[in-house]
Amino acid sequence: MADTDEPEKKRRRVVELTEKMVVDGGSGRTCEWEGRWNHIKKFLERSGPFTHPDFEPSTESLQFMLETCKILVIGAGGLGCELLKDLGLSGFCNIHVVDMDTIDLSNLNRQFLFRPKDVGRPKADVAADFINSRIPGCCVVPHFKKIQDLDETFYRQFHIIVCGLDSIVARRWMNGMLLSLLVYEDGVLDPGSIIPLIDGGTEGFKGNARVILPGMTACIDCTLELYPPQINFPMCTIASMPRLPEHCIEYVRVLLWPKETPFGDGVILDGDDPEHIQWVYQRSLERAADFHITGVTYRLTQGVVKRIIPAVASTNAVIAAACATEVFKIASSAYIPLNNYMVFNDVDGLYTYTFEAERKENCSACSQVPLDLHFSPSSKLQEMLDYLTESASLQMKSPAITATVEGKNKTLYLQSVASIEQRTRPNLSKTLKELGLTDGQELAVADVTTPQTMLFRLCFTS
Amino acid sequence: IMAATKASKEQKYDRQLRLWGDHGQESLENAHVCLINATATGTEILKNLVLPGIGAFTIVDGHTVSGEDFLCTLQNRAQAATELLQELNSDVSGNFVEESPDKLLDNDPEFFHRFTIVIGVQLPESTCLRLGSVLWSASVPFLVCKSYGLIGYMRLAVQEHTVIESHPDNALEDLRLYQPFAEFKNHIQSYDLDSMDKKDHSHTPWIIIVAKHLEKWLSEHNCQPPKNYKEKEAFRQFIREGILKNENGVPEDEENFEEAIKNVNTALNPTKIPSAVEDLFNCEQCNITSQSPSFWVMLQAVKEFALKEGNGSLPVRGTIPDMIADSQKFINLQNVYREKAMQDAAAVSKHVERLLQSVGKVCCSHCIANCKHLCWRLGKNAFFLRVVRCRSLAEEYSVDSVNKDEITSSMDNPDSEMVFYLMFRAVDRFYQQHSRYPGVYNYQVEDDISKLKLCVNSLLQEYSLNVNIKDDYIHEFCRYGAAEPHTVAAFLGGSAAQEAIKIISHQFVPFNNTFIYNAMSQTSATLQL
Repeated sequence: MADTDEPEKKRRRVVELTEKMVVDGGSGRTCEWEGRWNHIKKFLERSGPFTHPDFEPSTESLQFMLETCKILVIGAGGLGCELLKDLGLSGFCNIHVVDMDTIDLSNLNRQFLFRPKDVGRPKADVAADFINSRIPGCCVVPHFKKIQDLDETFYRQFHIIVCGLDSIVARRWMNGMLLSLLVYEDGVLDPGSIIPLIDGGTEGFKGNARVILPGMTACIDCTLELYPPQINFPMCTIASMPRLPEHCIEYVRVLLWPKETPFGDGVILDGDDPEHIQWVYQRSLERAADFHITGVTYRLTQGVVKRIIPAVASTNAVIAAACATEVFKIASSAYIPLNNYMVFNDVDGLYTYTFEAERKENCSACSQVPLDLHFSPSSKLQEMLDYLTESASLQMKSPAITATVEGKNKTLYLQSVASIEQRTRPNLSKTLKELGLTDGQELAVADVTTPQTMLFRLCFTS
Repeated sequence: IMAATKASKEQKYDRQLRLWGDHGQESLENAHVCLINATATGTEILKNLVLPGIGAFTIVDGHTVSGEDFLCTLQNRAQAATELLQELNSDVSGNFVEESPDKLLDNDPEFFHRFTIVIGVQLPESTCLRLGSVLWSASVPFLVCKSYGLIGYMRLAVQEHTVIESHPDNALEDLRLYQPFAEFKNHIQSYDLDSMDKKDHSHTPWIIIVAKHLEKWLSEHNCQPPKNYKEKEAFRQFIREGILKNENGVPEDEENFEEAIKNVNTALNPTKIPSAVEDLFNCEQCNITSQSPSFWVMLQAVKEFALKEGNGSLPVRGTIPDMIADSQKFINLQNVYREKAMQDAAAVSKHVERLLQSVGKVCCSHCIANCKHLCWRLGKNAFFLRVVRCRSLAEEYSVDSVNKDEITSSMDNPDSEMVFYLMFRAVDRFYQQHSRYPGVYNYQVEDDISKLKLCVNSLLQEYSLNVNIKDDYIHEFCRYGAAEPHTVAAFLGGSAAQEAIKIISHQFVPFNNTFIYNAMSQTSATLQL
């Protein structure tokens, strides 16, 4: 069909144009051309009044950036695509990208490294292919994986890590990973073990970019209160007192679907399956009609089920650009990096606000001081679990608590493995005293929000 | 095929449709954007317009590609950019004109009249002013953008940009508690808090609770609502006393009453017409003629509504926030507001029809239906109507009308972003005098510092600006050597594209009128020049 020929023809034409760009060598790289890095050289080879105090103009910085500097981009979505382009066009040639997702049609309004024919393929792979074929000399290595599937050895190899994530849990995990790589000698932090983390986030017309020097400046968990916990609708509203169309949709998602298993036993609601959404939409309309509620639409249904956050190309472009500028500053030492948090909003004009987020003294992630947990010996374990998940400074998702009791390592409660959950569930209604815990003892807590176990100290109150 | 294309477009654009709606998308798809100069900044701006699906773009660029441009072929830059950009979104049609804007202004200035918006990138001052004048007379919005070293600059020149849907971030609700309209009063009357059972009592919407208590308060306080902190605190306590108590006299857990108490602060504000809207009512554009744009016809209709059916108030917005209540009570209350809003919108619509008739425009049934829909949307946004008027470039540059106050007061802090604006003006002078930018080649940097300083001084002298520009900034701008690093181009690309989308869609509010971005400190400022 003529329709499918056109995009392919255009794509081939573009590859053709790109190939023409590669002229001859110079500086040993076979992909350079005259003037290619003129813009950047002005910042690396000239002195200036606003440069970083440690900056010395030289031709070596460009070499470092082109040949040695290794950058990791986390996420190949709205921010990730922009970041890969920005970094590639700024002279970074050794880039890795991690993303566990595949491409969806709704990504194409902003994730411009992807085309309709790529729908269904892994984002990391397609993004890498695109950059590698269009930016001569740039080498992007894709990892179609979860960040949790990669280990210390992997992360340690990078000079700078930039995140374009859409999940706070993932950010905290990344934050925890880089903190775990820090080396202390006689209580002094070895600066060579610090990997700067540049983190960007967007939502509609709002965004933020921040620079984190693990162990030195405010980390993600230091400012956890800036990310208020997501509020879900109360169960009684969903179950018996709906007022908004959203309540009707949640009813179907949370209560009706598990009850009716419309697509088979054990089949989980898949927000990306139009048939699933259609079913939820129809049932939501019925629910809404029962209560004389208007406003249920297919678009709203999908939005609620998938927790969709609206997104446009422009905000992602702005935030990624700010992050990439920071990567450049840190890699080249040309300017003092952002210190350390910038907020952006272009709903009404354009607004930015830049401030220094402060480290939290007792930050659960970076303060290195074991946190105290204050409970009476007659408190139930459930109370401790509630505290770990509900406290604004911890916001754990499904903590697993272990302790050394009578010389033996005992799992007090673990949610993520069904058999262990069942076995340890009775512990939740036991008191801390009944569980054999003593004043001052250490508790180890594992959770998705951190790659390392967190240590707490139990302090009995009277 | 049409249905399939429409469905896949809805999916593709889903994430942005949730921001500006189908009608916003339609306005984008009917837009034709002109980009002058496909530099890194220019192509980034256009990329962020092509991706969301503008109807068409035309690139005007007389330059051939150089090694510094990423699109290094032996081709014309306009053509290369057009092809690369078009490939991003097959819904968009792209054109190019291999011509300098100066040539077009010489031979065919009306060429620019066809565009929804013209975006000029890295334009020399003379071209910018010539083009600015043509576009101002033709009422075509003009967005000027520059990336220079680590500084970004944008200037919007549009005579009058009207916005019905400004989508403010934190708007107060329109609850009419202070002077409830008749239907709302009746609805409040239908409740008797004292005779309700516990379940109903605990699931009564907080709006009703506040309304009931306000009624009592007014009767005991000479019809004066609680105004200061002390009175509001007493009112909150009054509500708290309304919480049911159990047989031991202990107050029950009534979340709806807690909500009422929490909302006292904002709920009791009288429904005044915002001063910004009053200012619009006083504009001479409200004297409707057959040439009046529809925004002003609608605004005049709202004004007439406020004077007549509205009894001094704008049309009721019709929405209420979610609150603890059982479904029936909430829906019934919501319907009271909704029906009133529809009634008010219909009244506004009648005023619109009458106004159009009075200037000789007859409304067919299609127009009337469309009008009703537009007035419904108008009613929802009546409190947030905005008009943005930017000064022309001519006014900014004229010695007689330069905004000296804004410049000198900003420069009280010599490191404010205003210094970059002045540096841009000085660099433009340098270009005029030397036909090149300062510091492009290494050997030029040092000598150009003193040459640029002369331009700075002549600029300040010409405009009688008693400000001091530190030598560091002059040095820095020579250091930049007119570099256009990609990350600064990309930041500006996103910023400018969204401003263009605001202009095209008439949703959200554009900046007025100069925006400066400093990538060194990651700060920015909006100046009105």
